[in-house]
Amino acid sequence: MNIGFDQINKHFGDVHANADITLSIRGGMIYGILGENGAGKSTLMKILSGFIQPDSGEIQLDDNPVSIANPADAIKFGIGMLHQDPLDFPPMQVIENFILGQEGGLTLSYKDTLKEFEDLQKQFGFSLDPKAYVDSLTVGERQQLEILRLLWLGARVLILDEPTTGISAQQKAKLFSALKFLAEQGKTIIFVSHKLEDVEDLCHKVAILRKGQLVGEVESPYDTDHLVEMMFGKQIKVGTPETVAKEQINFEIMDLVVEKYPLRIGPVDFQLRKGEVVGLAGMEGSGQDLLLRACVGLLRPVAGCVIVNREDLTNKTYLEFMEKGVSYLPASRLEEGLVPGLTLTEHFTVTTDRKNKLFIDKPHFHKKTKEKIEEYRIIGRPSTPVESLSGGNQQRAALSLLKDSLSVILLEHPTRGLDMESAIYMWNKLKERCKQGASIFFISADLDEILNYSDRILVFFSGKVSSPLEASKTSLEQLGQLIGGKGWDGMESTKVAYGKS
Amino acid sequence: MEKVKQQGLSILFQVGGLILALLFVTLILVVIDTNPLDVFRLIWEGATGSMTRITNIFVVWAPLVLVTCGLLVTFTAGLWNIGIEGQITLGAIFATGIIRMFLDTSVPPAFVILISIMGGMVGGAIWAALPGILKTYGGVNEIFGGLGLNFIATALNIGLIFGAWSRPGVASMSGTEPFPPAYALPTLPSYNLSWYSIILAVISLVIIFFLLQGTHLGLRLKAIGKRMKSAYRLGIPTRKYMMLSFIICGLFAGLTGALQVVAVYHRLIPSISSGYGYLGLMIAMLINYQAIWIAPIALFFAALNISGIQLPIVLKLDSSLTGVLQGSLVLFILLMQGVKQRVLGKK
Repeated sequence: MNIGFDQINKHFGDVHANADITLSIRGGMIYGILGENGAGKSTLMKILSGFIQPDSGEIQLDDNPVSIANPADAIKFGIGMLHQDPLDFPPMQVIENFILGQEGGLTLSYKDTLKEFEDLQKQFGFSLDPKAYVDSLTVGERQQLEILRLLWLGARVLILDEPTTGISAQQKAKLFSALKFLAEQGKTIIFVSHKLEDVEDLCHKVAILRKGQLVGEVESPYDTDHLVEMMFGKQIKVGTPETVAKEQINFEIMDLVVEKYPLRIGPVDFQLRKGEVVGLAGMEGSGQDLLLRACVGLLRPVAGCVIVNREDLTNKTYLEFMEKGVSYLPASRLEEGLVPGLTLTEHFTVTTDRKNKLFIDKPHFHKKTKEKIEEYRIIGRPSTPVESLSGGNQQRAALSLLKDSLSVILLEHPTRGLDMESAIYMWNKLKERCKQGASIFFISADLDEILNYSDRILVFFSGKVSSPLEASKTSLEQLGQLIGGKGWDGMESTKVAYGKS
Repeated sequence: MEKVKQQGLSILFQVGGLILALLFVTLILVVIDTNPLDVFRLIWEGATGSMTRITNIFVVWAPLVLVTCGLLVTFTAGLWNIGIEGQITLGAIFATGIIRMFLDTSVPPAFVILISIMGGMVGGAIWAALPGILKTYGGVNEIFGGLGLNFIATALNIGLIFGAWSRPGVASMSGTEPFPPAYALPTLPSYNLSWYSIILAVISLVIIFFLLQGTHLGLRLKAIGKRMKSAYRLGIPTRKYMMLSFIICGLFAGLTGALQVVAVYHRLIPSISSGYGYLGLMIAMLINYQAIWIAPIALFFAALNISGIQLPIVLKLDSSLTGVLQGSLVLFILLMQGVKQRVLGKK
């Protein structure tokens, strides 16, 4: 089946997630959609599979305009989507899960279905036990199940969203050969990924998205450097990183191993010096968020130590880390950062040091909030509930809530969703903190941000951690390739004694 | 201007809910072939017909206010303390046990009453700490924990009434042997109402109002209730505060149970909690967790409780009809809140 996107637009608030995307995909093709996080890949695919509706634009199937109102509609048109997190029902058997989407009929034809299931999986060389429980399957096996189910429901187009995350090399090979087989049969495969290698191996043609825009289409064979450039854009240097005295070590992790299924990271050895900014680069879900959380007591490491100002805080709680001057700003501001429903003043009251007072000194906190609003140029009043602030102002508020004397600040996507001015403002404030002696550990998906503000960089790819790179000696292309999983020979760091004094 | 309009709309929807609830009850009455006007007249008379009835309303009002005060603390922290019934029962058991210990001693009865009330509060707090521990350290939802503990509390209560504390001679559903009058809180002459209960209820209202409005504790509980993850990330020890909110609620529930013994029944009876815990949950939901509304809404519910007593005698209707009215009131008002949000959200 041929698929056409005609001038698809989709906004989420201020974010233009898809801007006038026009693409046409021929049947029998494995078509790649490449782009960094937030480029608009998933949005486009969710529109095709009926999960969300475009603001404007049209989808054409075999040149007929269609409107796909929901996922059930999509499967009627023959479009099946395989999600990044397989959407199945774990406490069920494989075969029960398989039968679930069946159309019509009050009784389930269990026996026939079982036979059809076995026939179907034989074609692909899958060997799933129909009686096994879904929660006992690996991510790769769940994927296989989902592919079979979608095909059985009559899918002629398969959309796969980052399917190679968290599966073994063997399963990947099986998956790829199955996809190639399907394409030969005339099915259309859309393969969404940020992994250059996978796309290069598999796709006949690839479209590159960046910040909601279609950058271009490229046919196989590919030039990796060209793809990286299209994905991340040309590098623009904004000033040079300032160097602050960086001898003293504020924070140290030793042989740290962190695990959260299906990722396992480490052992990582790293020292963060006073006043230093270290960027953690990598696609989302490559393990950098796990490492950051382990550094602040929100995730218990499997092994190793976390040392703050020469004090071993391994296995201590987040609150104890906070007391020792470590602070953490999560990416999801209204989920973990701020409390929706509380005003700015209430936030400053809750985070006060005056812990043992019973009554709230309201004039005091009103005044303090006013001062902070002015200092951090937050557009809002003391009585404004945080959820009605704009994203940039929420981030300013979160920053203004940090205690004055901190030794380590950990940030997740500090400028995500912020406009240019707010982003530059954030970093000016953070750099001030560095001058006061704080060290910063931050995650970002924006490579320019990583290169511009970091002193050193750690790159993550599928749970692997690189040795620290000097930001001033790293190019955007180099970083882009590492993030996409290329050029890792000799890069992986298990034990890097870097800058030990 | 916009705010005033919003509030006006809010009240409109609340009144709409009230009218729907009345219509619903009317419909039921029509279906069972009873004249609704007769019923509503009887309910009104049942509540206000005599001084005894009016004072009886306040006998119910005081415990309703006390439990609702406690429940607002747990609700503020985002917790559903459905175990409140068991906590009331344990308060009553502790109070009874303490009075029994001192019955044949020379300790002044006034002092015994005081420590039995305090003991009752401790009992309620212990019973509330259990679902708290299960929730914060065991990951058991407080609704399940509380429900289980309610059954255990009831069983314990019945066990004591028919076993260890049974009346000499024959154990009976009417409860344990009544205490001598000296061990009861004084009541208004010839009525059942004790001033002490009213005073304690009013003090509790004031405490809860200021706790939730003006203290660091109240604000932290609110932050936890609104978004626990963020609250923790901002440095609030969420487990500790959740435990604390359970314990505070338990203190109020225990006080309620103790007063049921020393001010109302003067003994332990099987249904000592009188369902006030569940009614308190309904009131808390109805007032949208705002302390300022506890007193009037609890009064309304108490009046409905008392007014139902006339129904079986005159119209041969079960007195639980007023319970239907209470329940449908909560349902319809919550429903209207949902409708309001949909209407406003669509704009």
